[in-house]
Amino acid sequence: MNILCAGLNYRTTPLALRENYALSKEKLEKLLQRTHRSGGVSGAVLLSTCNRTELYASSICPVQTFQHFQSLLEEETGIALPLYHYVEPKAISHLFRVASGLDSMLLGETEIFGQVKKAYSFSTEKGTITKTLHRLFQDTFRVAKRIRTETQITTGASSLSSVAVELAEKIFGNLHSSRIMILGAGEMSEKTARRLQSRGVRALIVSNRHYQKAVTLAAEMGGMALHFDHWEKNLADIDILISATGAPHTILTVEKLKSSLKKRQGRPLFIIDLAVPRDVDSEVNKMEGVFLYDIDSLEHLASATMQMRRQEISRCELLIEEHVREFLSKKFSRKNFFYSF
Amino acid sequence: MLEQFPLLISTLCYFLSCCSTLLGLSAGKFRPQRFPLFAMIIGVLAQSWFLLHQGKFHHSCPIHTLPEIIIFLSWAIGLFYLLIGSTYRVSLMGVFTAPLILGLQAVALLLPFESFKDVAHFNPWIEAHAALSLIAFGAFGLASVSSMMFLIQEKELKSQSPSSLFHYLPPITTLEVVTKRLLWLGFFVLTISFALGFIASPLVLGIKFLLSVLIWGSYGMTLFLQQKHYFSSHRFAWSAIAVFSFALIVVPLVRYNIDLSVR
Repeated sequence: MNILCAGLNYRTTPLALRENYALSKEKLEKLLQRTHRSGGVSGAVLLSTCNRTELYASSICPVQTFQHFQSLLEEETGIALPLYHYVEPKAISHLFRVASGLDSMLLGETEIFGQVKKAYSFSTEKGTITKTLHRLFQDTFRVAKRIRTETQITTGASSLSSVAVELAEKIFGNLHSSRIMILGAGEMSEKTARRLQSRGVRALIVSNRHYQKAVTLAAEMGGMALHFDHWEKNLADIDILISATGAPHTILTVEKLKSSLKKRQGRPLFIIDLAVPRDVDSEVNKMEGVFLYDIDSLEHLASATMQMRRQEISRCELLIEEHVREFLSKKFSRKNFFYSF
Repeated sequence: MLEQFPLLISTLCYFLSCCSTLLGLSAGKFRPQRFPLFAMIIGVLAQSWFLLHQGKFHHSCPIHTLPEIIIFLSWAIGLFYLLIGSTYRVSLMGVFTAPLILGLQAVALLLPFESFKDVAHFNPWIEAHAALSLIAFGAFGLASVSSMMFLIQEKELKSQSPSSLFHYLPPITTLEVVTKRLLWLGFFVLTISFALGFIASPLVLGIKFLLSVLIWGSYGMTLFLQQKHYFSSHRFAWSAIAVFSFALIVVPLVRYNIDLSVR
């Protein structure tokens, strides 16, 4: 019994075509059962995410299974697309790479691990899993966890908004008691604030030159709108300031901040300046308890993270190779030989 | 020499813990590992073994000679780390604690292990006073470690291009809370220790008394200024380090002075 992997992903298929392969739960179940029933297949797991649709199967005749899966997909979606397919040992290392985030669009992302787990649970629930596949997926989870803890492939934040969240958490720890103020209702500031909100930020204030825009955004995000003339008075009560106004000059200076810092009773203040030209005077960063990050420093941090992750790829590949060898030797050992059927 | 065997094991453990961290740092990337923590647990156990042996030998708390005092202090720091580090999940605290303990133990090993002249009757109040003082300094020592971590993390955050260490260091607010609680704990234990000292001998004067009051007062003032928000977190951290460093220099000098006066 050979392990096979067949499918398509963001590398082989553009989004415009890939979106046709986004299957509903019902369709996914139907496809899984039909694949499982096809000749030579003893077990099957279907992984369907926005970036990939893949089949992992144990089959006596991998080529036949692959062709059958291709025709089934064509039937379900009405579109014929070329699929890649791998057999042992490539199929195994591919699954290990996928679950570890090495094959993800955003290198090292961890969401895929949960998606692989979900696909495995779904197949277990539907009875389409074999002992070989069960062992393969258990090993996959072990490898992914090992890679996560022993390498830096998942360390750091890789987008501007996630860098902002990481920095906020390194200042305040838990964000549940933090309050944010957005200055300027732009797309970037909204995205960053939403990311912070998803980490449990307590309160949100939106201030904009056009008050109505602030009201709309505040209502959308469950926050409070504030007239632009009053934002300075509220500086003492907030923990994170996201500034992205279209002002041609700095709107926050050391002098303006000094008086509100006295009222803050030593609480740190995190300022995210997303505006170009910058809204906040860079001298502000020299003040005690104030941490200022502009768009350049956030981008620098995000790219440094990606560079660090890229440097870790070779270490991850070595770990994967080791686990593939281990899996195959277990599979073909006399004790487990019969399990492969 | 045989009685120093556990001490050598303990020093070796702290040395290996430090080496493991230095190797990680020299590779350009820092990754937390389990080995340094494991080495520190063995280190604390070996110190306990040594102190137990010395205690049995003296039939009292093993804090009679300067090396013993230093080892007792480093044992207290190690023990507080094992309690606090896991309670607050303060990652990397061991990385900073191990070098401090290693330095203290190295000094203790370099000093001559003079044979302590047995005194027929120990005053239990004095014993409790001295032991509690050292335990308080264990808390102060760990507070200075967390303050150091605070200053490093603060510098990383201010730099706008932090190194890989930044990802593993705890949030600055957590470090400040840990420092504050350790200082309060140390201050509370030190106050009790002083009270016991007064019970033992109400009329104390001299350089030891004055310096002790100065250290106690400095910690009290630091905590008061922080509580009333006169001190920023940055200054609070520096203050915790400065007072502990002062105590580290002064306590052996006072001890040396006492030893000289006894002779």
